[in-house]
Amino acid sequence: MKYLDEYREAAIVRGLGERIRKKATRTWTLMEVCGGQTHTIVKQGLDELVGDAVEMIHGPGCPVCVTPLEQIDKALLLAQDPGVIFASFGDMLRVPGSDCDLQQVRARGGQVRVVYSPLDALELAIRNPTKHVVFFAVGFETTAPANAMAVWRARQLGVRNFSVLVSHVTVPPAMKAILDAPDNRVQGFLAAGHVCTVMGWTEYEPIAAQYRVPIVVTGFEPTDILEGMLLAVTQLEEGRSEVENQYVRSVKRQGTVPARTLVEQVFELVDRNWRGIGSIPRSGLGLRPEFADFDAEFRFALQDVKVDEPAECHAGEVLRGQLKPFECPAFGTLCTPERPLGAPMVSSEGACAAYFNYRKIEVRGQRSEARGAAESRVTSHESPVGGQP
Amino acid sequence: MTATLAEGPICPAPLVKIDRVQLGHGSGGKMSAALLRDLFLLHFGNETLSRLADAAVVPVEGGEIAVSTDSFVVNPIEFPGGTIGSLAVHGTLNDLAMMGAIPRYLSSAFILEEGLPFERLDRVVADMALAARKAGVLIVTGDTKVVERGKADGLYVNTTGIGMLDPVLRPRPDAVHPGDVLLVSGPLAQHGMAIMAAREGLAFETEIRSDSACLVPLVDLLRGDLAPAIRAMRDPTRGGLASALNEIAASSGVGVLLDEAQLAIPGPVAAACEVLGLDPLYVANEGMLAAFVAPDRAEEALARLRSHPLGAQASIAGVAVAEHVGLVVLRTRLGSRRVVDMLPGDQLPRIC
Repeated sequence: MKYLDEYREAAIVRGLGERIRKKATRTWTLMEVCGGQTHTIVKQGLDELVGDAVEMIHGPGCPVCVTPLEQIDKALLLAQDPGVIFASFGDMLRVPGSDCDLQQVRARGGQVRVVYSPLDALELAIRNPTKHVVFFAVGFETTAPANAMAVWRARQLGVRNFSVLVSHVTVPPAMKAILDAPDNRVQGFLAAGHVCTVMGWTEYEPIAAQYRVPIVVTGFEPTDILEGMLLAVTQLEEGRSEVENQYVRSVKRQGTVPARTLVEQVFELVDRNWRGIGSIPRSGLGLRPEFADFDAEFRFALQDVKVDEPAECHAGEVLRGQLKPFECPAFGTLCTPERPLGAPMVSSEGACAAYFNYRKIEVRGQRSEARGAAESRVTSHESPVGGQP
Repeated sequence: MTATLAEGPICPAPLVKIDRVQLGHGSGGKMSAALLRDLFLLHFGNETLSRLADAAVVPVEGGEIAVSTDSFVVNPIEFPGGTIGSLAVHGTLNDLAMMGAIPRYLSSAFILEEGLPFERLDRVVADMALAARKAGVLIVTGDTKVVERGKADGLYVNTTGIGMLDPVLRPRPDAVHPGDVLLVSGPLAQHGMAIMAAREGLAFETEIRSDSACLVPLVDLLRGDLAPAIRAMRDPTRGGLASALNEIAASSGVGVLLDEAQLAIPGPVAAACEVLGLDPLYVANEGMLAAFVAPDRAEEALARLRSHPLGAQASIAGVAVAEHVGLVVLRTRLGSRRVVDMLPGDQLPRIC
């Protein structure tokens, strides 16, 4: 496969692992922000290649995992409306809401469709003029331009039966929230290459300077991630804290200006709840008032739906990098991909699912060792899933 | 600007009780297995059915026969590399072949949707007839029902096959021993990705064609003196190679170590999987078999498979081991190891 195989070459990957081990004089703690990178690291065993040189903490960059329960419940309400066709990316279908998930709503007769692009959802609206099509606009800055484009096109074409349920989040405020936490352990970041392809990296420069952390814009293939680690470790060893770009084949400092412009025209910064992290001011994207006609929350009067997140499992600590997935007492026993307790077990990008799917053997051994360490870090809730049916 | 972090552990989601059929129950993954175990076997359970083999082996006067049935609901009904008609013949014949049986007769039951053009039906049935003729089996009984428009995707087909058992070639999913060698007869994921590409309107430099094919000629090469060495065979249809190997690992009480470098995935198929965020190990095949063979006969079996066009790309793709019983572990191209578990339901395309 052109443009992919080159970045998976075993000899190069092993060579990079070697260089990282040689470069590090101690163990450095890095966070990869994006769930796609988590997936590559765990699936390909990259963390094993670097030995003690780097401890990777898996960041909150899985859009499925951080979408708050409240937005999931709104999605379920909309999907149950007989006048609505609810269109979503596939990942969101199995995320449990308060009492069911989108797959179950579909089994009960709700019209739930998996689409690969928000423009396909708009097309669905045009083909079904007697129905209202709602698209679940989730994701980081990566998916924002396409979602903005769907809304923009809908207005341009005068499509009245189309709206979006927005749950967009942005990366830089989450990074600050992690760095501001009193128990933060992160010493450097691998920033998400696709987010920066859209947004560039100017927003990260003040973070690197203020918090004195290296931030390396990094791609998604094994050589990308290891090269990102190498750049971050080199900075840490040399006492530098800069923004560097590993993903040069895709990312420019200013990002992709037409995409950014479109996002800014359609969306504005809003406060947003992050599942497992809590409310972060100005960390999400919401539709601008002039696009209110395309906001499903206005069209269906859902603004008042309020759902409290039950404090029952440890996904919050996993998403903040405080707990490894297998250190959670429910991991692999009460919480599995078939019966997820928390969103990180649902999406293939979720850290818990990545460990469950790819690491069963190691986990069997590590669990007992890790349990002691983890129990001192688990702050409360003796029985994390107590009272579950 | 400062952010507030919530106090203490937060996470969501109550356990969700599944009270009706979902698409995932038809995926060939854990949900399918649970439905089979918790509902069908509960009511129908008997010794023959409980073996859960690709085909049932039942006694008749003077011997035993193999019986298998399968329904086909593929959409679109015509796709690059086949139609629902030929697929319905290959699918059932392959299930018989995986038990070592020699297929003889087929039934065909059609559920037709009101409004289906005769021209399309004719093409599908002609394709089905050709596939049966090539395989040397007779379609000897059938049924036709018509449902209202909107109640079916054009047409559904069920086929049931009857085959004669080979006196020696009797592979069983629970007969694999540690040390047995895994042969995979061809490239992965072609059927599933051909269907996905057709459904999603994805175009690649080279068209992705389904591998739909009758595996009987390939199995015939393993008969005779080699037959006692063939421990287990599966055609990894829905759920892909990963699910088939997990089932064998569980039935036989062995671990399976799979070698990523030995699995062939054609370029356009790999590209389509990347684009859609799918793992080819879980994507359906319709003209490929996986066989566990006694170690001393593995090279010979491989050579025989490679002598046939369907097996030209056959490889030794793994080995059964005594460790990690019930688990399939993949040695990646990078040399690391990861578990290849059964999926709960359908693979869900990722957001980004």
